[in-house]
Amino acid sequence: MDQLLQHLLNGLLLGATYSLLGIGLTLVFGLMNVVNFAHGEFYTFGAYAAFAALALASVHFFLAIPLAIVAGALAGAVCERVLLRPLRGQSIDTVMLVMIGLWIAMQNAELLGWGGVAKSVPTPFPTQPVVLGAVSVAPLRIFVFVVSGLLILGAHLLLSRTKLGRAMRATFQDRETAALMGVSIERIHTVTFAFGAGLAAAAGALLGPVFLLYPSMGDLASLKAFSVVILGGLGNFGGAALGGLVLGIAEELGAGYISSGYRDAVGFLMIVAVLLLRPSGLFARAERVG
Amino acid sequence: MKQAIRALFVALTVVAALAAPAPAQEAVKIGVIQPLSGSVAASGNYIRMGAEIGRDWINAKGGVLGRKVELLIEDNKSDPKEAATAAEKLIVRDKVPVIVGAWGSSMTLAAMPKLEEYGVPMVVETSSAATITKAGNPWIFRISPPSEMEALGLSKYMKDLGIKQADFLAVNTDWGRGAVGAFGDLLKRSGAQVGTAEFMEQAATDMNAQITKVKAGGADTLFLTTSVEQITLVLKQAQEQRLVRRVITTGGSSSPSQLIKQAGAAAEGTYHILFFLPWFPEAMPDGKLAKAFVDEWAKRGHPFEGLTEGFRGHDGVLTAVEAIRIAGKPDPKAVREALWKVSVMGVNGPIKFEKDGPAGKESGQSKPSIFIVQVKDGKIALPAFSAKK
Repeated sequence: MDQLLQHLLNGLLLGATYSLLGIGLTLVFGLMNVVNFAHGEFYTFGAYAAFAALALASVHFFLAIPLAIVAGALAGAVCERVLLRPLRGQSIDTVMLVMIGLWIAMQNAELLGWGGVAKSVPTPFPTQPVVLGAVSVAPLRIFVFVVSGLLILGAHLLLSRTKLGRAMRATFQDRETAALMGVSIERIHTVTFAFGAGLAAAAGALLGPVFLLYPSMGDLASLKAFSVVILGGLGNFGGAALGGLVLGIAEELGAGYISSGYRDAVGFLMIVAVLLLRPSGLFARAERVG
Repeated sequence: MKQAIRALFVALTVVAALAAPAPAQEAVKIGVIQPLSGSVAASGNYIRMGAEIGRDWINAKGGVLGRKVELLIEDNKSDPKEAATAAEKLIVRDKVPVIVGAWGSSMTLAAMPKLEEYGVPMVVETSSAATITKAGNPWIFRISPPSEMEALGLSKYMKDLGIKQADFLAVNTDWGRGAVGAFGDLLKRSGAQVGTAEFMEQAATDMNAQITKVKAGGADTLFLTTSVEQITLVLKQAQEQRLVRRVITTGGSSSPSQLIKQAGAAAEGTYHILFFLPWFPEAMPDGKLAKAFVDEWAKRGHPFEGLTEGFRGHDGVLTAVEAIRIAGKPDPKAVREALWKVSVMGVNGPIKFEKDGPAGKESGQSKPSIFIVQVKDGKIALPAFSAKK
């Protein structure tokens, strides 16, 4: 029973970060129709940005994370203006190839800049775990979970309650009408991509200290993000949030009770099942944005 | 006009060719395949640093056969597929007579068919899987111990360690699986129980599920076989789940000083099987050479924690160069014959190859020195029971 509780807790913590990764990607993929293969690279970018702030500029830990998010969002905005805007109207495959190119370019730039050796990020949290009955968890991971939750909530509020969010949803429902209503389409595209990149960077900045930083860390993150997006349904914010948790828990339970070496297989088997049985995602609603 | 330009062009080319300095005696090239990026990049980079020291020392003494030694270093990106590609490139394009590599057992195994296809020998400096020397590939010469030899090295301490039941947590590669088999046999021979064997993908960062399973098992010891990056994560996550076990890492790539730095208190009390003791270089078979290596490493500003892996690069290059010297020419087949005649003193100790594997197609296997250390009070110590015998 203890084992099960610990597995569930592990899965929940892991799932929260998967949700964060998935939400950023589902917005870009589902709303902008851009297959962002470089999503994992913004994750890595955020992690290294936080590392740079902490290790090189000696910024306080709690300041480094927002800095990394802003840096990631800015990087996303730049990429959108420079790469995606000229491609507006092109086929989805063209854009996909450009994103793959961006992925390769960013990863190799990180390799060139930071070297291939993994880096460790110091945190102000004590290493002694917090004990909750039969299960225990490190304070850092509780922090990551809480911040992830707040970011997801914040993103949801931004999308559903603010004028900007309304403009974003309108643009992706019907571009022409939104433009007629006075929405600046170009700006919305940039903001959406920056939003997605910022969330990915947030995940990277939060998870970097939990694990280790190395240039190819984004590859696995990208894969998980796509899995979450498929699970939750393209463009489905709530689906991605829940899908992340489902994936995290399924992976943990699969690794714990079926086979630890092939834990990723559990996630992918789920994806295959979803695609076969419910292709629009586990949590697809009748009405879909975009 | 066109004729004039063409004539001028030809004249310039001739002048340039004549003006180019006559090539000095061409350098002897040695191929090196290491993971310089990807999930096990720490080790690969340390080995590269050690190889460069080996090359520079050899060149300072005049090189080999009157020529300088040049290292052609390829990155296998912690990926077996890239290791095979790198081997092909070094052999076919750069025409190296010998290669040192490829760190991970799966990477080495992936490159091995290329060695046999083109007939080029490789000095294996790190890989631990038994299959490497038992596969019947006569182009393989290994200076690192297979997991079975490590287990043998540990067997004399089994009584002192008092292991009753042990679990395994290993990377899901040829290395990890081989180690589980080898140390499992050791446990059975010593009358101890084998608990559960859990695996993790090489690039995995979250091992909490595996640790939760191990925790539920109730064994007293955990054998951990993976790279320093994953050991750091496992120790941190084990601390988080309050896993109280004697931890023994195998494979020699644990860089304990790096673990102390990055895992802190989580590394306390852990044991590590190593093949170089940079904290006590005098304890090595050639204390002077070991100390000189440690000093040169420090002089170059390389991180101290990399020494436990870096020496492999030095010894690998040393072995390859010695074989070229004995062969008298940088020809792959001659170098292979010569490797059987190599007898040098490396940082780890004497390097001399014995036959290993199926008759008629033996690989070479050296018998390196094996040590065990423990992290005590944030420092490396030789366990009491391993006082130099």
